[in-house]
Amino acid sequence: MRLKDFKADLHVHTCLSPCADWEMSPRKIIRRSRELRLDLIAVCDHNSAENADAVMREGRRHGVCVLPGLEICSREEVHVLALFGELEPALAMQDLVYAHLPGENRPELFGHQIVATEADEVLAESPRLLIGATGLALDAIVRATHDRNGLSLAAHVDRPANGIIQQLGFIPAGLDLDGVEVSYRLSPAAARTAFPAIGPLPCVTSSDAHGLAEIGRARTVLRMAAPTLGEIGWALRGLHGRMVLT
Amino acid sequence: MNVKQITERFQLKVAAGANGLEREVNGGYCGDLLSDVMANAPVGCVWLTVQGHQNIVAVAVLREIAAVVLTGGRSPDPDTLEKAEQENLPVLLWGGSAYELAGRLYALGVGTPPPA
Repeated sequence: MRLKDFKADLHVHTCLSPCADWEMSPRKIIRRSRELRLDLIAVCDHNSAENADAVMREGRRHGVCVLPGLEICSREEVHVLALFGELEPALAMQDLVYAHLPGENRPELFGHQIVATEADEVLAESPRLLIGATGLALDAIVRATHDRNGLSLAAHVDRPANGIIQQLGFIPAGLDLDGVEVSYRLSPAAARTAFPAIGPLPCVTSSDAHGLAEIGRARTVLRMAAPTLGEIGWALRGLHGRMVLT
Repeated sequence: MNVKQITERFQLKVAAGANGLEREVNGGYCGDLLSDVMANAPVGCVWLTVQGHQNIVAVAVLREIAAVVLTGGRSPDPDTLEKAEQENLPVLLWGGSAYELAGRLYALGVGTPPPA
């Protein structure tokens, strides 16, 4: 089995996230990803995956592999990424999140939440409070992600705002995370030194892009046979020759 | 009591939103989970928190909070100060613990029910 090095940005927002720019439309995200020669991106909007399909379709047209995901806010206000290999489990996760997400958005305060088509047309504005916290505890989110065959990564653990280390003070021992994500602000190696709480957990870095210029500002190189979720899971665990290169 | 009087009484540094210092203060709230503050902070309160990121401004505007005090010597992010200025939202700095400031505000009568 021949292994290849895939350049991945596993945390990219779209115009659905209220804090993201209007320009983060499916077409522009894919165009920018191509310019940067990214092989793989994951779409992770706050508490939603409603734009994932549009970005995936556009990605298929232009040779960028797109995985659907969500950046879920736990009741402890920890951000955790849920990454999936296919749209259906991502939407199932979204259903669970929506069932536990109170509140209505106020676009004038938090920003607009645009559901877009792959042709960059506005389908709707989401009325939900996507920037809010769900009523779901962190360990429930991790379990629910795994139940739907997804990967669960604590988001931007180095960041004070909504990072697990800031919110909880540590990473709970029993929490079955597949890894942690470090923001663009420092390398995974530097993060391991600065944040010993990361311990032996696999570490990736991504852009958390809310604007086009931010896409790919941090990326993880994954040595895998193919850009699939199962291969990423192996790379995180260092199995069968797959690995995370940084 | 207004925000300016509280600032002077406790020697709080005004980091942003000086134009809002005349606002009346109707109570107080301590909270670091934004979801909790959004649900429960009283309108017109002074909000004590350790969170310095820019989302605190949107929450403060949403709940019509009179002023935000960053406790424990925390510094607000530059984005936060910029947004606070736009909203005339006072962002004040207190070097000590939220517990102490809250206790002293409460002892002054901030947020306590008026005598019968």
